[in-house]
Amino acid sequence: MLETIWFILWTLLWAVYFILDGFDLGVGTLMPFLAKNEQEKKEMYAASGPYWDGNEVWLISAGGVTFAAFPKVYAVMFSALYAPLLILLFALILRATAYEFRDKVESASWRSFWDIVHFLVNLLACVVLGVFFANLFMGIPVDADGVYHGNILRLFNIYGIAGGIFFLFLFMMHGAIWLTIKSSGDLKAKAMAFAGALWVCVACLLLVFLVLTVFYTDIFMNYLSMPWLIVLPLLAVAALLYVPRLLNEHKSWLAWAASGVFILCVTFFGVMGMFPAMIISSIDPAATITAFNGCSTKLTLEIMLCVALVMVPIVLLYQFWMYRLFSKPGPEKA
Amino acid sequence: MDVVLLSRLQFAVTIFFHFVFVPLTLGLSMILAWMETRYLVSGDEFWKRQTKFWGKLFIINFTLGVVTGITQEFQFGTNWSRYSEYVGDIFGSLLAIEATVAFFLESTFIAVWHFGWNRVGKKLHCLCIWLVAIGGNVSAFWIIVANGFMQHPVGYVMNEAAGRAELTNFSDVVFNSFAWGQFVHTILGSWALATFFVLGVSAWHILRKSNGDFFERSFKMVAPCSLVLVLCLAVSGDMEGKAVAEYQPVKLAAMESHWDTRSNAPFYLLVWPNEEGTGNSIEAIGIPGLLSWISYGNTDATVKGLNDYPPTDRPPVAETFWCFRGMVLLGMIFIALAAWATWQRKAPSSRLLNCLVWNIPLPYIALMLGWAVAEIGRQPWIVYNLLRTSDAVSPVPASNVALSLIAFTLVYTVLGILDIYLLRKYAIKGPEARQEA
Repeated sequence: MLETIWFILWTLLWAVYFILDGFDLGVGTLMPFLAKNEQEKKEMYAASGPYWDGNEVWLISAGGVTFAAFPKVYAVMFSALYAPLLILLFALILRATAYEFRDKVESASWRSFWDIVHFLVNLLACVVLGVFFANLFMGIPVDADGVYHGNILRLFNIYGIAGGIFFLFLFMMHGAIWLTIKSSGDLKAKAMAFAGALWVCVACLLLVFLVLTVFYTDIFMNYLSMPWLIVLPLLAVAALLYVPRLLNEHKSWLAWAASGVFILCVTFFGVMGMFPAMIISSIDPAATITAFNGCSTKLTLEIMLCVALVMVPIVLLYQFWMYRLFSKPGPEKA
Repeated sequence: MDVVLLSRLQFAVTIFFHFVFVPLTLGLSMILAWMETRYLVSGDEFWKRQTKFWGKLFIINFTLGVVTGITQEFQFGTNWSRYSEYVGDIFGSLLAIEATVAFFLESTFIAVWHFGWNRVGKKLHCLCIWLVAIGGNVSAFWIIVANGFMQHPVGYVMNEAAGRAELTNFSDVVFNSFAWGQFVHTILGSWALATFFVLGVSAWHILRKSNGDFFERSFKMVAPCSLVLVLCLAVSGDMEGKAVAEYQPVKLAAMESHWDTRSNAPFYLLVWPNEEGTGNSIEAIGIPGLLSWISYGNTDATVKGLNDYPPTDRPPVAETFWCFRGMVLLGMIFIALAAWATWQRKAPSSRLLNCLVWNIPLPYIALMLGWAVAEIGRQPWIVYNLLRTSDAVSPVPASNVALSLIAFTLVYTVLGILDIYLLRKYAIKGPEARQEA
């Protein structure tokens, strides 16, 4: 029971990370397509400036909780997927550096250097996260000792690439919708148009991804044995279908929330499809690590559950307050 | 090179680079909180300008601390997966608590503080920097409790069947006295470092007589704090030494390069360790009984020597010894400087000011030497007397680690240079001009 609760909480942490960091990674990726002058660039940087740091902590929490609640999963996941994780890490390091350093020197070439870095690493982070999770859904070649057999190219299989592209467009759409909240004038109009176009892409890619999921993974098995889980994909589709309507009615916050619900449900759809497995071994079924054989002791799980039940709502509360505080558009005065 | 050595090197590079930014964040956040509180209480715009000037340096420093911190969170899994599996039940929960309790607080409210000067009221704004300071220092607490478990494991039981250590008593882990000693010493060191940073930058400006009395006042405020902190550091360092003597006697023997077990052990001012042999190449100017006294508070106490331990259970002696000596020597310099600065806080001489400018990097070196003693001195164990470092590494190809080590070294070098450049630029630029009311 405790293991199941932690499995769900673990999924929730990743989902919240995707929802929150997803939009600023998306905004970063959209930068060269949307911002045509320095003013618009500044506006786009300001749209995620106060948030990226707090958002990133959700990743650290997801990592920390994996370590605490499922040490074996943490050990195998992070060492087997060494290369993609380090790429993600470097991308996040440079992303933050770009935010912080860009405006510290008055020079056009300094700025455009960081603009290029910023775009590339945001793009990279979106894709790597998608490739990473698609491969988790599909299973990775690890043996019972947690040794990974293969190289990084093996992760860039058709399903992995599909996952990467899906996440990229998903985060770009999520970011574009965020921009409709945080920008004004021309930029806002462009963000609206982009959000609509990206929505079409996401809807198509979702179909492709779902079809590929049937062929490449066993995720649907859980949906056959536990039919009530079908509510997750249904909710996801409903949320996605609602997005354009809300955008048209200029209810940007609600549109963004719907897009967030979509991300949440997609994450749960994939991860619950794996349940109780967390690392599926594609070469040795006995090497698969589940929430039950990879978890911490009951005592640790209980202590951590208390911490999570007290702290996560508090964190969500003050982050929500902070989001509202900075909800009005316009460049921030530092 | 084998994967163990490469992984250790990578950990050393990444943690030391991370630790360039951490201590200033811990200390300067407290100083900022104090300055902004003075602004809040007195309403004097001067303290707002102080807060803003030092705050700008704080932010530049803070960002790199954050991003290099994620590396650490990942690295236990990527490079030390056997370790992670072995102690995750205890160690993992401490890291997770650190993130949820402290790190969120710090990174959310730093944004409100940084971007929110015009969005929140004065009181709330001041509260934000306090939350940042508390978040940072609490975060340090949890990390050091986690490290304390590696130094002096408590509150666990070995489950041989599962091949891991399992938590039995959480409060034993959290109230591990060894960890608390380390925490106090690290925090005092970090705060002292921040005071020397403020003194150094202020000294630079006072020497050039720029910005009126702006920096004289920073100087006057911080100098006495600096003295109090370094004196406390000396006391806490002495307590640390005694804790090491009690819990990690072999580390103590390596710190002092002490080879033969004896009572009334002397402390030699001049020592040249000889790792290969069974004694030192040079030992001169001994003070009788001093080593026994600093280790156990009793000049007759018996201090175990390195020769009592098999060579495979000893840490690298020369490194541990030199790092320790270096830290202590620097500590003495800091006491002298802080006393001098406090003495002349109202009218500092230009000789003092020059010393303080050149002193800016030294506290960083001292803190790193201190951690080098703690971590190198714990070898060959990753968890003292429980798990060897060589058994803790991930089963990844050495080529992967070599590549990531090169990448870290390159990226971090560039970031380090940029950061120093920017800190210097904004430190020299000085505060914004006074706004006429």
